[in-house]
Amino acid sequence: MSAHAQVHGVEDHHDDHGHHHKETFVTKYIFSQDHKMISKQYLITGLFMGIVGILMSLLFRLQLAWPDHKFTIYEVFLGKWGAEGVMDPSVYLALVTIHGTIMVFFVLTAGLSGTFSNLLIPLQIGARDMASGFLNMVSYWLFFLSSIIMLFSLFVEAGPASAGWTIYPPLSALPQAIPGSGAGMTLWLISIAIFIASSLLGSLNYIVTVINLRTKGMSMTRLPLTIWAFFVTAIIGVVSFPVLLSAALMLIMDRSFGTSFFLSDIYIAGEVLHHQGGSPVLFEHLFWFLGHPEVYIVILPAMGIVSEIMATNSRKPIFGYRAMVASILAIAFLSTIVWGHHMFISGMNPFLGSVFTFTTLLIAIPSAVKAFNWITTLWKGNLQMNPAMLFSIAFVSTFITGGLTGIILGDSALDINVHDTYFVVAHFHLVMGISALYGLLAGVYHWFPKMFEGRLMSKKLGYIHFWITSIGAYGIFFPMHFVGMAGLPRRYYTNTAFPYFDDLADINVVMTVFAIITIAVQVVFLYNFFYSIFYGKMGPKNPWNATTLEWTTETKHIHGNWDGPIPHVYRWSYDYSKLNKDETDYVIPGQDFIPQNVPLQDNEDELDH
Amino acid sequence: MTAFLVVLVIILFGISVWQMSRIFQLAQKKPINHPEIASDKDNNVQGYLMMGFLAFIYILAIVSFWLWSDTLLPESASEHGQEIDNLMLISMIVIFAAGILTQWLLHYFAFIYRGNKTRRATFYADNDKLEFIWTIIPVIVLAGLIIYGLFTWTDIMNVDKDDDPLVVELYASQFNWKARYGGNDNTLGNANVRLIEGVNQLGVDPADPNGQDDKIVTELHLPVGRKVLIKMRSQDVLHSAYMPHFRAQMNCVPGMITQFAFTPTITTEEMRMNDHIIEKVANINRIRQEKSKDLIANGEAALEPYEFDYVVICNKICGISHYNMQMKIVVESEEDYKAWLAEQPTLAEQLSK
Repeated sequence: MSAHAQVHGVEDHHDDHGHHHKETFVTKYIFSQDHKMISKQYLITGLFMGIVGILMSLLFRLQLAWPDHKFTIYEVFLGKWGAEGVMDPSVYLALVTIHGTIMVFFVLTAGLSGTFSNLLIPLQIGARDMASGFLNMVSYWLFFLSSIIMLFSLFVEAGPASAGWTIYPPLSALPQAIPGSGAGMTLWLISIAIFIASSLLGSLNYIVTVINLRTKGMSMTRLPLTIWAFFVTAIIGVVSFPVLLSAALMLIMDRSFGTSFFLSDIYIAGEVLHHQGGSPVLFEHLFWFLGHPEVYIVILPAMGIVSEIMATNSRKPIFGYRAMVASILAIAFLSTIVWGHHMFISGMNPFLGSVFTFTTLLIAIPSAVKAFNWITTLWKGNLQMNPAMLFSIAFVSTFITGGLTGIILGDSALDINVHDTYFVVAHFHLVMGISALYGLLAGVYHWFPKMFEGRLMSKKLGYIHFWITSIGAYGIFFPMHFVGMAGLPRRYYTNTAFPYFDDLADINVVMTVFAIITIAVQVVFLYNFFYSIFYGKMGPKNPWNATTLEWTTETKHIHGNWDGPIPHVYRWSYDYSKLNKDETDYVIPGQDFIPQNVPLQDNEDELDH
Repeated sequence: MTAFLVVLVIILFGISVWQMSRIFQLAQKKPINHPEIASDKDNNVQGYLMMGFLAFIYILAIVSFWLWSDTLLPESASEHGQEIDNLMLISMIVIFAAGILTQWLLHYFAFIYRGNKTRRATFYADNDKLEFIWTIIPVIVLAGLIIYGLFTWTDIMNVDKDDDPLVVELYASQFNWKARYGGNDNTLGNANVRLIEGVNQLGVDPADPNGQDDKIVTELHLPVGRKVLIKMRSQDVLHSAYMPHFRAQMNCVPGMITQFAFTPTITTEEMRMNDHIIEKVANINRIRQEKSKDLIANGEAALEPYEFDYVVICNKICGISHYNMQMKIVVESEEDYKAWLAEQPTLAEQLSK
């Protein structure tokens, strides 16, 4: 239906867009096929999952800082696993497992890419909706279903999956090895299988929409970097997620149907298992063939969002547009050939380790180019310090800090001694966890008026939220590098079994205190978000004076986005502060930006970007 | 019931905050312009805060080093580890230099170019020369690191059989380690989990003559200065043999034998005399004494004082007691090692008991 409307819209812009149906509550808010509503559904589901995931981290941070202390809060949230305020070791592993799973897949993949791809692709390329509104709806509801199953798995009797978010077999395959590998693991696998289906439907839709439904004049080189990022992210998803599905299916077979893809020579609980000939290393290969591109699936949309917000709020074009696009493509390509750096000491051939070291360190080059381009975008700008801009600047900061430690971890020789320690935890939390969350938050502050019909979030609360969060994030994860360099492995319920690590207690307390503060201040954000949905102040139609097409749409959400014909595009999306030929004033006098739908003026030079 | 009450309290608290803010909202005067879009004053304040933040991250880094550098690992107790430490130092200098510089540029630009109504941003869209410069600099620096890294990696991973390394099997299971020495012939007997029976806990093939003189122990003793080739097996799930003081780690994978070779260079006794370790152990014992005071006050037993020992610890999530899977490693002189090994019973002796 909406595809049909699309064709009309693209081919004949003078045709009235007369496809409004009578909408019921169900078709408008629940089974909506409108990309704007679906993006809000993704965001709110993602935020809810984020709350669950972050509260889990609060529980295990308390355990790590004060392992001997009894907390009633454990008993409240963990029930029998927190009896008398003592956390059970198995639930500690369950918490870290589900925290990782939720944050990586449900918050940073679906919540970030799902929200902003859905919102911005049609709006910024000038389309009336996604190529298939129906598949888009199915994609969201599959995501919703997988979220429900994941949350449901928290309540099974033997506990949820506890083998780490990477679910390496045999631990994840054998209920004898850990209680969470029973029904909890089955539900985990089902949930992720459904999640992959959702992600694939979404990604295919994004790809088709970007390729086919761009408005007249919107060539690929005029696309905002957000769209480039979402487009390439979707391609990586389509390439790599099916491999995780195959790994999950094989694991299901090993668990339930007696196959031996990943299992061999196992003696557990007093008996030898029949499995013979499989290899856990094969699983690691399959898992990381998705797992590594996955971190770019997480970070690329954030990069796109940051590029866009930074250019808009600097009142300057993004520096090196083509280099930015090229580095997105280079990162996407390299991301599929570096997975082995998670496996340097897995027992795979050391020669492969050399190859993966080489490809891994190559990826630092496009990343460095992007960082320098962002910094240069700020240079000689006229920076408008809106909360979204602050989060974008902080994104570049954490991306650099976290990215630099990647040079240590990507080097196979150095990885030997920091592999699986807290050094890794600190690295990836900064470079993909915190950075991607900053991208998400920046996007929420920036496009909130687009999502909620002109309302703006509170600036003051935004500033409070930003500063405490950014100080807290470094406060948690910078000291964590020391814990890793001291040699402490991750996923330890407590390190009191090793007197050697007793002197790390102070650092753990510092990290947890910062974590508590940082988590607490997210309440300010949630309050700001939900309050502003209903009572936020109405802003102007184009509050940030941006050039992109989404700000030309109606403030009030309508099906089809533009009441009249779809605007045509005459320029790239970064004509900020462009001067006229005489350099006396901006091209449009008194206005420092030229929207994409404004034709080339007589008093400006056409530039080749 | 408690859970319900807690949820209720949270909800009521949320409602009261919401209502209070509504009152404040209503009490305020209607502001002019768009109060939720950054004004010149906001740009100014936030710009200064950016410089403050820059100071924060620098100070955080300095304070962290000042407070916690004594928690870091001591000098490497293995030969190849010195190479790793050297490469680590070079990499750290590179990334700290890059980090300090780029963070400064980022935050300084955010401060100096903070916006106001009169400022005009410079339309500056691209510059191929700049792009080239900051592509080629990382290329050169990374090429250096990659080459150094790959040589180090290859040296560590390629085991030269001519070195006549001591062959030891490290055997992982939930949740303990065992070690098996090849005995007089320095050759390990074949083994498989299907042969596990009674005292033969490692499943060594009783029919294999090489296995008869194997010695299975629960404490790993290594002679100083001799290359040791550690062959690793696991009987149930993935484990990882992590020996941080030797800069050594390798996963133990059920169904295959993995290996890692290194030459210990510092005996346990010598390491206990190391300045860094003396200070660290003293600090740890201070912490333990403090804790013991509380324990004694609660009528519990005091913590024992700590003495440094090398350990192998599990570094791949392996189950509930993953956090306490360890084995002591003793590095000692060749004579002490031989004397210790001679006391251990052979497998044949154990099986015939």
